[in-house]
Amino acid sequence: MKTNKPTLTIGVTGLNAIDSPGPGVAVIRGLREAASFNCRIIGLSYESLEPGIYMHDLVDKTYHIPYPSSGTEILSDRLDYIHEIEKLDVIIPNFDAELYSFIKLAPKLKAKGIHTFLPTLEQFEERHKVNLPDFGAKYDMHVPRSKAVYTPSEALSLEKEYEWPLVVKGKYYDATLAYNFDQVKSAFNKISAKWGLPIIIQEFIHGTEYNVTGLGDGNGNTIAAVPMRKQYITDKGKAWGGISIDDKKALKLTHKFLSETKWRGAFELELMKNKEGNYYLLEINPRIPAWIYLAVGVGQNIPEALTRLAMGWPTEPFTTYEVGKMFIRYAWDMIVDLSEFEKISTLGEL
Amino acid sequence: MNLKNNIAVSDSGFVFNPASGESFSVNPIGLEMLNLLRQGLSQEEIVTSIEKDFQAEKINIERDFNDFIDMMKQYHLMQNEDE
Repeated sequence: MKTNKPTLTIGVTGLNAIDSPGPGVAVIRGLREAASFNCRIIGLSYESLEPGIYMHDLVDKTYHIPYPSSGTEILSDRLDYIHEIEKLDVIIPNFDAELYSFIKLAPKLKAKGIHTFLPTLEQFEERHKVNLPDFGAKYDMHVPRSKAVYTPSEALSLEKEYEWPLVVKGKYYDATLAYNFDQVKSAFNKISAKWGLPIIIQEFIHGTEYNVTGLGDGNGNTIAAVPMRKQYITDKGKAWGGISIDDKKALKLTHKFLSETKWRGAFELELMKNKEGNYYLLEINPRIPAWIYLAVGVGQNIPEALTRLAMGWPTEPFTTYEVGKMFIRYAWDMIVDLSEFEKISTLGEL
Repeated sequence: MNLKNNIAVSDSGFVFNPASGESFSVNPIGLEMLNLLRQGLSQEEIVTSIEKDFQAEKINIERDFNDFIDMMKQYHLMQNEDE
């Protein structure tokens, strides 16, 4: 069916779906449901077993891209190759670890006609887990006390300041609760082997966890904001089910975060509400979360709005959403021909 | 003390707090108590109404009502008159 809507070619990363799934597939579902444009989706993958690669009803073509550790030049070359074939209009990166490269490359990409809508490098660095205490002080927000450490013994000195348990966090992903120093050491070694140093040791806040996903226009305005309470979590603490809620305090905190930082792009705030009803900001994820399809389902199509902002199109803020809608995640086994796996593995394209 | 205005109560006794995302189930007598609370009835009026409809002893109804209200407070489903 022909429509008057423009068609955009959009590159999306984060097509993986292990027990800590990437947001890519959910982002693509939002883009496919966009009211204001049609889209052609180009998957950008790191590994051959990322399920999104094989979801041909959602992803039109996929290309492997180099790991962030390869450097921005190599990524830039690869994107040039993909752009030459696909004529990308927008790229939506969905991993924390790749954002630095994409933020660095954004002006270069823009010059080639590839639009992004990402936080500035300053915003990206400022909200980093390592800098959270300074962030809390600067913007007058409750944050748990935390410290970046480079050896397990440094964590021992924090024993006097914080009560057990302590939260041991990787700089990009992973967090473990440790109830004694042996557990701190074990978590330190495990997480640092995967994500490098430093490791963040954080005070544990007892309470209920809430999350807010949203979108800032870069001028301090809230374009979208949807709070969610996790109802069912995996052993990694990832939401496997959740419900949209009408939490005025969480929304107020979100507006404050956006107006004060002038955040540009999508984000997820991880909040902990203690017994007294005070919110602690545990983490600011500088990207769309994996549960974004709940926001789409309750009336705020954040992937669509982000794409519009990236294109420089006028974008009206969302002002309402449906409260009490749930998402329930499931795993789905796809049957895939070996030839497809062979193609993406050997040629880096499918 | 009243039931919070935003609390949703279905006919089947499913209670949803939209502010926290928590949900609960109450039995038919709990549902009756919630509906009477909603109508703004006092404790005495609610107890009298339950006594009439369910033919139980007043002293037991009063005790159960107070336990129920305590539990509702614990789950942050109640608010003060001035809130």
